[in-house]
Amino acid sequence: MIALPPSFDANLAIDIGLLLMLLAIAGAIVRTRSLLAAIILFSIYSLVSAVWLVVMDAADVAFTEAVVGAGVSTIVLLGAILLTRGEAEKPDWRRLIAPALVCMLVGGLLVYAAMGLPALGDAASPANAYVGRAYLQQTPNDIGIPNVVTAVLSSYRGFDTLGETTVIFAAGVGVALMLGFGPRASLAPPPASVGDQHVVLRVAAKLLIPLIALYALYVQFHGDLGAGGGFQAGVIMAAAIILHALVFGLRETMAAVPPKVARSVAALGVLLFAGVGVVCLMNGGGFLDYDYLFAPSVEKQIPGWLLGDPDHAHHWGQHFGILTIEFGVLLTVSAVMVTIFYGFAGRTVDVARDEARR
Amino acid sequence: MADVLSWIGGGFVVAGVLLSVLGAVGVLRFPDVYTRIHAASITDTGGTSLVVLGLCLISGLSLVTLKLVFVWVFIMLTTPVAANALANAAFSSGHKPRVGTFQIMRTDERRKTPRGTDES
Repeated sequence: MIALPPSFDANLAIDIGLLLMLLAIAGAIVRTRSLLAAIILFSIYSLVSAVWLVVMDAADVAFTEAVVGAGVSTIVLLGAILLTRGEAEKPDWRRLIAPALVCMLVGGLLVYAAMGLPALGDAASPANAYVGRAYLQQTPNDIGIPNVVTAVLSSYRGFDTLGETTVIFAAGVGVALMLGFGPRASLAPPPASVGDQHVVLRVAAKLLIPLIALYALYVQFHGDLGAGGGFQAGVIMAAAIILHALVFGLRETMAAVPPKVARSVAALGVLLFAGVGVVCLMNGGGFLDYDYLFAPSVEKQIPGWLLGDPDHAHHWGQHFGILTIEFGVLLTVSAVMVTIFYGFAGRTVDVARDEARR
Repeated sequence: MADVLSWIGGGFVVAGVLLSVLGAVGVLRFPDVYTRIHAASITDTGGTSLVVLGLCLISGLSLVTLKLVFVWVFIMLTTPVAANALANAAFSSGHKPRVGTFQIMRTDERRKTPRGTDES
């Protein structure tokens, strides 16, 4: 490899560069008056912080930041901006004093708190020493999957994740109650001449949407082995559906994925997740204790050679439990995202109709 | 051999980064939407292709190479389409390309057209 002078710390240089970029983007977001530009800048901010998280070796968090922060939240915000004006008013400077003081106070407190944080990679720090180390040591025996993040997320702390999934479901229900589940008027077919301009876009989208959906399934079922899992996969799946809506029109997408199906699937995902927990209960274990996912009579059917090394026996219950609840997470997350998008996009149709009437 | 390849790959990466910087300068300096899209898509396609090619050479033939090729194919499928869609949207919303003989704008003339808006 290319030799560098020993005093040059490439990681530090990349960290500082990325943080300076974040600072510059944050400044630009504060300064800009165009809401559209602010949304795009937010998306760039998320992308840069995802890159920074990769540099910090937090692949799962970076993945989530990239798909949620830079991907789907940008689309939802773009949907929201269609309902409002494109420019923010310049506020009176006197009204900015109190928020600025609060911001400076909180920022100062955060900087003060950051000084008390242990050094990155410090083996004696609480995050690395007690629970974290226990998880790293116990996962091969308890769960038997390589990605400890997924093991913690969906098995050790499956109850927390069930709560998170329910929160997402509740958020989707809340947005749908405010904005509706979709357009209340029937959508007019698009004028025939519009499609001709976007032929490149449509061909590329036709090529990409199945690939994106396939990638979502890869992320879903690869979550045991590497970065990924139900949350990221769900957002990617939703992105495929929303891309379809953006390119082919809401009418076509609602024919393919009706709003009723979307909201039913959102409920079905939470039901699947909680149902796995109830099955474990019925087989004599704790709630979401996947070791009891299969009844003893079923477990006896698994041939011995599939269990492998008796010291590190293959945990079929854990494996299938994690896969199933992650699939429930995928269903809920993707369906909720699509429902929220339908809510915003449906209102956009109403706004356009009202303006046409006026 | 591997050392030579990594040097050549490093050269490609640096060339790609320079092309990206050129694209960024072009986005800031070019006069209208269409030339700016042109500059931005040079960053997306040319710059990224060179960086990916350089990384392929540095990594050697392995699974990483295959992943890089996938990344490249995906970028090649998406970014030209994005540039096309952007230009399409600019055209249908009525932005006219600036046409005329080339001349370096004087400072007072430049001040008349604030950044980010087009006279059209």
